[in-house]
Amino acid sequence: MIYMFLPAAAFFSAFFILPMCRLFLVGGSGAIGWRAYSVIVTDSNYFNALLATFGVALATTVTTLLIGGLVGVFLQRYRFPGRSFLMAIITLPMAFPGVVIGFMVIMLAGRQGLIGQISMALGGDRLVFAYSFLGLFLGYVYFSLPRTILTIVAAAEKLDPKLEEAARSFGANTWHVVWDVIMPGLKPALISAGAICFATAIGAFGTAFTLATRINVLPMVIYTEFTLSANIAMAAALSFVLGALTWIVLALARSAAGNTVAAAA
Amino acid sequence: MSALVPQALSIRLQGCAKTFRDGTRALESLDLSISAGETLVLLGPSGCGKTTTLRLIAGLEQPDAGGKVFFDDTDVTTLGIEARKIGMVFQSYALFPNMTVAQNVGYGLRILKMPKTEQQVRIREMLAMMRIEALADRRIDQLSGGQRQRVALARALAVRPQALLLDEPLTALDARLRDALRVEINQLLRSLGITTIYVTHDQAEAMALGDRIIVMSHGRVEQIGTPREIYHQPGSAFVANFIGSMNQLRGVVTPQGFTCSAGCLNWDRSGVAERVLFRPEDVSIVTSSEFAELTGVVKASFFMGDHTRLLVDVGDEAPITVLDDARCPQAVGQKLYMRVAPLGLMSI
Repeated sequence: MIYMFLPAAAFFSAFFILPMCRLFLVGGSGAIGWRAYSVIVTDSNYFNALLATFGVALATTVTTLLIGGLVGVFLQRYRFPGRSFLMAIITLPMAFPGVVIGFMVIMLAGRQGLIGQISMALGGDRLVFAYSFLGLFLGYVYFSLPRTILTIVAAAEKLDPKLEEAARSFGANTWHVVWDVIMPGLKPALISAGAICFATAIGAFGTAFTLATRINVLPMVIYTEFTLSANIAMAAALSFVLGALTWIVLALARSAAGNTVAAAA
Repeated sequence: MSALVPQALSIRLQGCAKTFRDGTRALESLDLSISAGETLVLLGPSGCGKTTTLRLIAGLEQPDAGGKVFFDDTDVTTLGIEARKIGMVFQSYALFPNMTVAQNVGYGLRILKMPKTEQQVRIREMLAMMRIEALADRRIDQLSGGQRQRVALARALAVRPQALLLDEPLTALDARLRDALRVEINQLLRSLGITTIYVTHDQAEAMALGDRIIVMSHGRVEQIGTPREIYHQPGSAFVANFIGSMNQLRGVVTPQGFTCSAGCLNWDRSGVAERVLFRPEDVSIVTSSEFAELTGVVKASFFMGDHTRLLVDVGDEAPITVLDDARCPQAVGQKLYMRVAPLGLMSI
C-alpha cells in the first residue's frame, strides 16, 4: 500500500508542496518580514491588482464556457460543409505565444486597430480598449476557447440521445432539455474546462505583458517586483497568494458543483 | 386502475414509408390501425423497420411525403413527440442520471406544472404500482436493470399518457428477470387498458404480450394477426421460420397423400404442394413401422430439461426436429418411426 502511495507523494512534493513551502518562506524573508503578506491586502496597488486578476479570470471563464458550450454542442450535432476543416483549425490559437495574442488584440482594438478605425469612419470617437480590462479579457477568451470547445465536443458525443427523446416525450421544450439533460451531462466537462480556463487566465503572462498598461494584474506586478525592484520576497509572497487563492477558488468550484460522478453515470 | 388512463386512443398509419437521408429505405409504405386499448407487438429481426414504425408513431421521425399518422381522427403527422402525449420506454431505460427515482417519475408532472402536492401523491401512486416505493430517493446508478425498467415504466405512466410505446424494454435484462417482468407488464397493460405498441425481436415476448402481432422483415409487413394465427397459420415462409421452430419436407401430392423421401403424410387438401411445413410438437414417435408415416434416423439429441430435442435425418436437405421424452430418449443412430398430426400440416 505504502509503495503505491509513494509515486503520488513524490509527485505532489516535487510539484506542489515543496515549491509552495519555499515560496511561502521566501515571502517572509524580506525587509518587512512576514508583513509582506498583510501588505498584499492593505496596499491598494497590490490589492487592486489581485481583484483585477481574479475579475478578468472569472469573466473569461464564464464567457468561455458559455460560448464554448454553445459552439461545442453545435459542432458535435450538426454536419455541414467545412466542419472538419473548422475542427482542424480550431486549435490554432493554442499554438500562439501570449505576446502574439496580445498583438492581435492590439491590431483589433488598439490605437491603430480595426475597431478604432471603424468607429472613426462612422463619425464617432476612436474606440480603443486593447489595453484595459476588456482587451485582456478578449485575449484570454480567444486563447481558452479552443480547448473548451474541444472538451465540450468530446463530452457532447457521450450524451445519450435517448435521454433527450425521453424528456421531449413528456413535453419538454428546448430550454427544459438544455437544463435537465444537456447541462447535467456536460457538467463534468464544464467543470474541468472551466478550471483550466480560470487557472490559465490567472497566470497568463505574455498577453498581460503586451496589453496590461491600463490595468494592473498580479503576474505583471510580480514581474515588476522581481526584475525592476529586485524585491524578491514581495514577488514570492504575491506568487504564493496567487497560487493559494487560485487553488481555493478551484476547490470551491469543484465542491459547489457537487457529485460529478452521478451526473456522468 | 383503469382510471389511470384517460381515454384509450386509436392510432392509424396511412401510407407511411420512411427513407433516411442517406437513402436507406427503412420502411416500405405501411397502412396500419391499432384499436383503442389494444396491445400491438411489432416483431422482427434487427433492421426490419419495427423501431422506425414506433418512432413514426411517437413523432420522433416524420414519414416520407404522403404518409399520415392519425390519433383517433386527428392528423398528428406534423406534431413532434412533445405534443403527442404518449409515454415512451426505451431499451436503455433513458432515466435521468442527475435525478433520483422519485424525481424521474415526477419529471413529466413537473413539465406539466402540476401542483407540488398532487405531484407527490401521483409519484407515490406510481412507485406503489411498480412496487418500488423503497427506492424513491435512490440515485439511478444505484439501481439494477430490472429496477431501472420499473422506474422507466412508472415515469412513462405517471403523466397518464394516451398511449404507451415500448422499444425493446426487456432486451437488456437477463432471461429470468425478463420472464418475470414480462408477466408483470402483461398484467399491468391488461389492467390499465391503455393502447400499447411494443417493439421486440423476441417471439416469446411477442406471443405473451400481444393482442395482435405484426411480423416485419426488410421494412415490410410479413403478417398481421393474433399470436395464434401467426403461429398456426404463418402467412409466409419468413413468418413460418421466424416464429418457433418449423420442419420442412419437399415432395409431391399423390393419391395416397403427400409423398416425400421419408414416407407419405396424410394430405387430403386440394391443390399442388411442393413442400409441407409442420412444427416439432405435432410430430409423434410411434413404436412400429406399421403406424408410421415417416421414417428417419436420429442424428443428434439435445437434453432441454423438460424434453429432449432430436434432429432426425429423413433424407431431405435439412433434418427435422422432433420432441422426445426427457427421461428415456431415443439413442443417436437409432431408426425412428413418426406420425404427423394432420391439423399441424401447412403449405405455403
